[in-house]
Amino acid sequence: MSITDDISLSELNELILLVKQIHGFDFTNYTKASLKRRVLRIMQLKKLPFWELKNVLTNDPLFFQEFLDEITVNVTEMFRDPAFYRALNTQVLPYLATFQHIKIWSAGCSSGEEPYSLSILMQEAGLKSKSFIYGTDINAEMLSQAKKGIYSLRNIKSYAENYKQAGMPGTLTDHFTIMYDAASIQTELKRNTLFSVHNLISDNVFNEFQMITCRNVFIYFDSELQDKILEVFYNSLCSFGFLCLGSKETIRSEYYRKRLKVVNSRENIYQKIG
Amino acid sequence: MGNINASEIVKHLQSAEVLLLGGSAGSFMPIFNIIRSLPQNHPQPIVVVIHRGKNNFSDIENLFGDNCRILVREISDKDKIAGGHVYIAPANYHTLFEKGKTFALDVSEHVWYSKPSIDVTFESAADAYGDKCAAILFSGANQDGAKGLLTLRNKGALTIIQDPKDAEMHVMPQAAVDINAGEFILPSEQILKFMRETFAITNSQ
Repeated sequence: MSITDDISLSELNELILLVKQIHGFDFTNYTKASLKRRVLRIMQLKKLPFWELKNVLTNDPLFFQEFLDEITVNVTEMFRDPAFYRALNTQVLPYLATFQHIKIWSAGCSSGEEPYSLSILMQEAGLKSKSFIYGTDINAEMLSQAKKGIYSLRNIKSYAENYKQAGMPGTLTDHFTIMYDAASIQTELKRNTLFSVHNLISDNVFNEFQMITCRNVFIYFDSELQDKILEVFYNSLCSFGFLCLGSKETIRSEYYRKRLKVVNSRENIYQKIG
Repeated sequence: MGNINASEIVKHLQSAEVLLLGGSAGSFMPIFNIIRSLPQNHPQPIVVVIHRGKNNFSDIENLFGDNCRILVREISDKDKIAGGHVYIAPANYHTLFEKGKTFALDVSEHVWYSKPSIDVTFESAADAYGDKCAAILFSGANQDGAKGLLTLRNKGALTIIQDPKDAEMHVMPQAAVDINAGEFILPSEQILKFMRETFAITNSQ
């Protein structure tokens, strides 16, 4: 059976509507170019032509989790963009250290690499005991991986390279227990972390934070949706709290540009001022 | 190279709404020579995808930017695509085109061990621009870009491959030649000549 390697925009919209109506997940304001690639990828992986993909999404309740795993991009790294972590160390941590409690929200955290990187960062800065890190994602399956905190040794090797480039003082593997071909994050680093499902599109403010990181999530959303989520972030930040977006994601909304001061324009770190 | 219709190539290059240049090892110089010959206000946006390591940013922009009249910038998510710019695909992201002439970045899986992948950008351009686009695939050591170039060709875009014999690394252009992805197969000298002609005509209008 040959799978067509293309779907039209109207077919994509049809699928978006179906997923919204049956499963309650709304992909309407996702970037179409990326979303289309994800759908084509699922069709290839599962060997489903378009009509059959619609069919299983409608009739097989268990398939939706698989669909969600593939449609959302779960590619992440520890210490992704080392320059970002260097900027946190020099420009943000001295400020965060002045807060009594440091609550951090890692939004769209996938399998947990970013929250654990932050946990390591806070520990090495001596701020771990007063920090609490929340990792949220739309995908419960990813969060259960995050809770385990077990990563393949192959990945750890590349994360260690990032860690070194981030100018961190220790050795990344010191924060892990190595077992055969996997590495398990140390229990100490799991303390004061909490992972839970949160849908940026439909859920609201759930706490007040000193720092929010949401990196390489906005790239999948159109500007209208980005602004909507910026509002959630803005309302979730304490005064002078920090918002960190991906290094290729800038705030374009005039309204929020006035209320979020640029701390680092290269790494897109902002501070709530208004 | 006997039956190449030069005026046809130049005409198609001129009418393209966007020009795509892709390559890997050995592609820097031929691409650099094209960018360097661009006038400051060239109306056609140019998008460059060169394979690069994940944590090495800004060197291509700087190398190009310091030596060119045209504005060279690294792509940020949702940047508007406008003339007078050379856009460089950032490391550790795929670059796609969104309707309404904006870029959309993506951090999904590597393609042919590459991020940015040339295939991803070419295929997305085929969707967004169809035949109103021109693409050139240069030297490189893997087969990324070949399939994307074929997709473009099938949509009626102008597709050119650097002659594998002329390329520092032949694997990438050869992969494209093997699947018949290029309308024209030319040495880099000749590609540059056509580009210069195109730029001259476009900017004298």
